[in-house]
Amino acid sequence: MSIQDIDYGTPARESATMVTLDIDGRTVTVPEGTSVMRAAMEAGITVPKLCATDMLDAYGSCRLCMVEIEGRRGTPASCTTPVAPGMKVHTQNERLGRLRRGVMELYISDHPLDCLTCPTNGNCELQDMAGAVGLRNVRYGYEGENHRSAVKDESNPYFTFDPSKCIVCSRCVRACGEVQGTFALTIDGRGFDSKVSPGALEQFMDSECVSCGACVQACPTATLTEKSLIELGQPEHSVITTCAYCGVGCSFKAEMKGTTVVRMVPHKDGGANEGHSCVKGRFAWGYATHADRQMKPMIRESIDDPWRVVSWEEAITYAATRLRAVQQKYGRGSIGGITSSRCTNEEVYVVQKMIRAAFGNNNVDTCARVCHSPTGYGLKQTFGTSAGTQDFRSVDKSDVILVIGANPTDGHPVFGSRMKKRLRQGAKLIVIDPRRIDLVRSPHVSATHHLQLRPGTNVAAMNALAHVIVTEELVDRNFVADRCDPMEFARWEAFVRDPRHSPENTEQYTGIPAAEMRAAARLYATGGNAAIYYGLGVTEHSQGSTAVMGMANLAMATGNIGRDGVGVNPLRGQNNVQGSCDMGSFPHELTGYRHVSDDVVRQQFEEVWNAALDPEPGLRIPNMFDSAVDGTFMGLFVQGEDIAQSDPNTQHVFAALRAMEIVVVQDLFLNETAAFAHVFLPGTSFLEKDGTFTNAERRINRVRPVMPSKTGKQEWEVVCELATAMGYPMFYRTSAQIMDEIARLTPSFSGVSFAKLDRVGSVQWPCTDEDSVGTPIMHADGFVREGKASRGRFMITEYVPTEERASRFYPLILTTGRILSHYNVGAQTRRTANVAWHPEDILEVHAHDAEERGIRDGDLVSIASRVGATTLRARISDRMPQGVVYTTFHHPVTGANVVTTENSDWATNCPEYKVTAVQVTLSNHPSDWQIRRGALVEVAAE
Amino acid sequence: MDTTRELVRMANQIASYFQSYPQDEAVTETAGHIRAFWEPRMRQRLLDHSSAGGEGLHEIVTQAVERLRGPTVGSA
Repeated sequence: MSIQDIDYGTPARESATMVTLDIDGRTVTVPEGTSVMRAAMEAGITVPKLCATDMLDAYGSCRLCMVEIEGRRGTPASCTTPVAPGMKVHTQNERLGRLRRGVMELYISDHPLDCLTCPTNGNCELQDMAGAVGLRNVRYGYEGENHRSAVKDESNPYFTFDPSKCIVCSRCVRACGEVQGTFALTIDGRGFDSKVSPGALEQFMDSECVSCGACVQACPTATLTEKSLIELGQPEHSVITTCAYCGVGCSFKAEMKGTTVVRMVPHKDGGANEGHSCVKGRFAWGYATHADRQMKPMIRESIDDPWRVVSWEEAITYAATRLRAVQQKYGRGSIGGITSSRCTNEEVYVVQKMIRAAFGNNNVDTCARVCHSPTGYGLKQTFGTSAGTQDFRSVDKSDVILVIGANPTDGHPVFGSRMKKRLRQGAKLIVIDPRRIDLVRSPHVSATHHLQLRPGTNVAAMNALAHVIVTEELVDRNFVADRCDPMEFARWEAFVRDPRHSPENTEQYTGIPAAEMRAAARLYATGGNAAIYYGLGVTEHSQGSTAVMGMANLAMATGNIGRDGVGVNPLRGQNNVQGSCDMGSFPHELTGYRHVSDDVVRQQFEEVWNAALDPEPGLRIPNMFDSAVDGTFMGLFVQGEDIAQSDPNTQHVFAALRAMEIVVVQDLFLNETAAFAHVFLPGTSFLEKDGTFTNAERRINRVRPVMPSKTGKQEWEVVCELATAMGYPMFYRTSAQIMDEIARLTPSFSGVSFAKLDRVGSVQWPCTDEDSVGTPIMHADGFVREGKASRGRFMITEYVPTEERASRFYPLILTTGRILSHYNVGAQTRRTANVAWHPEDILEVHAHDAEERGIRDGDLVSIASRVGATTLRARISDRMPQGVVYTTFHHPVTGANVVTTENSDWATNCPEYKVTAVQVTLSNHPSDWQIRRGALVEVAAE
Repeated sequence: MDTTRELVRMANQIASYFQSYPQDEAVTETAGHIRAFWEPRMRQRLLDHSSAGGEGLHEIVTQAVERLRGPTVGSA
């Protein structure tokens, strides 16, 4: 497709009232509120412009877009002038041309005339406008005072800032504020001295800039330019695809030169991101061609042997033979596999199919086990569907936003920006989190309530909110009567009415002052459209599923379900967590969340797959580890996950992997898990994949290959070959054919096909109609439970304190999470320049806790729990509450999960990453585990 | 590792959730949950542990186990 999108100059407006006007003799009809500039562009009439772009509100500073309007005086800026009925507009005449040339003369008189060697030559709006207005000379000359010797800022690893080329149009400043919501940029000085300034005249890397790149995208000149573009030159074609980082699932135009990516530009028509991106999606794709990528299959007899590069055929035959040998020795149920939330729906589908049909058991699980499995359980129990209720756009209609256990500005930055925009418009914010996350207070955003609860007390907090709603008569009785099961509601109402759930009583557990809790409950229940957004701070607890149900109860009780602006929304961690769950990755469910014991459903799969399927649930990931240590689970296929780094109690995971007789890893890199593997099957990056990802709003987006597979195969082809080698023939010609099979077997996907996605861009499941783009808002007309129209089910949510308690020996509580610049185990982002922001995992400690232990900022400390210890650097942080420490798990050398325990959610076994009792002490050496790991990594690298 | 102890802990956690419901419902739901989500060998180990005295089992789990002794497979 073409490289450059049409820029309409100002954002589209929505209005039921349409306005008809005349522009250059053409009749144009647009929604009320549309600018004259946009109306002209929609009619195919280009108005010269520099400070206007359709990602930003009109600014009216460049004076290039002036027009004449009959009956009005002067030459108003078309970007800031709204259309009016019957208006007659002229965009081109001699007078306007003369004025525009005058403006351009001034710009060009202070601009380096190095167009031929400029990186944006061929894609520069200033250059284009000089041509458009017919600039032929500059009467002022070039010798006067100017900015042409201004010093370039190259501090950011991904883009340069060359102020000599700046025309001070403020597009970058406005993009940073309006789109990203960071407000890191400003215009310093006045008049001729005006210049773009990161922070207080700082370098970009020293400023508040989060490197989202919105400023680079907005810049009409070469002032802000991607370094990759400077190095490679202008792209010659582009491909629309989907980001492989977080669950927002941003659409991008991969701008290409042959098979080389020049830059990734967020796609304006992308349903999830609408033209915005974060530092990971826009810039951190270099890992795909990193020297660490393994391109050849490898095998070894023992994990103590060096790897041997072999042919695909040999590797697949070897894996198949050893997997079958394990089954012959230990039984059919002795092997299994793990699917990846980083892989496409099609890749995940074939892995679970291989396990169920070729392995002959249901020992398939997915990394969602360790993140959002409680979401699947909790929302299915209450609403009937294992998914969030809204599209991202819905937040634009929210009046109250309740964020629980999520850090959207770091974990889901593009949605975080959208949320901040709504908050700047006046929506109220309630944050429930032990840490003072950035949303609590950031430029132009301030939480009305920050309920800084103690880790592990989410359920007590949910019950306290519910208690206030019930006892203060804030329940939406009409909604409950119309939409919910009356018996279950009555039982729940009686339960939460009990004084033990009052804020005054639960304060002893949560630490949240009762008055604050009551005020938050009142705001949520009475503040208008109230939406809940949550993350792993809810799910990764021993009561993760209970807390999810608690939130669903709140939404139903207040009628905040089934329309724009409301709902219960999981912010999914990885790009295809939703999809991997949808695709039948759980050991008890086939695609579309249908239980394996359902004879009717199973029979449908058996007919299409031509295989007998086990009607019993298989092992979950933690069960697999336990069984491996027990000697009954001895073979594992791992698709694109690094369980040795991401899963809790690393030493237990190591013991389990070491006990297995065959481990097959399919991945881009020789990751931590590969140290225990006998077969390595090289995988493909998202730039090579052909398939679909499903994001947190159930949006199914195409992932298109922008370059040929560097291994020569798609991952699903390799899986099919392995299944075939094991005696179960599996073959697809294309990934589109896999989606066709998914659609045939999965009611909620029955209206999905690649052809349709290519036609309409994306759809949101359930999508059951060939003509529909799916369901942006769930439960609009009713809940669907047990596969049929039904009523919402209130669930009892008794608070049961976790068994993991702080003690004399382990007096602090560790909670783990992630940061903006890295993704999950860091396998991808650590192999990019993102390490500039976060070269190592850091332990954040409250000043009081640090002082008690003699810890200063930057000291090396040991953190120890009852299962293990590791060493890392400490940072004194005022966003931590006393008694709680925090770290990330992005760097394997840190081994944050050496410390976390195997405690898990009661319903799903999702690990309790958010609560680990620990002690922190000064240290001056690596932990024993780190020393052992070092030796292991040395062997693995041989 | 002591897998049985871990299974007992998991089963008791499930019972701790459902114990807020009336007794019979709690037992039914606990049994249903274990049947729906536990691999048969895990269920069998729990049953065996119960048969061997069921040390450490929550009362609801003990009753749920008896319901699990029935047919293990059926249309959901």
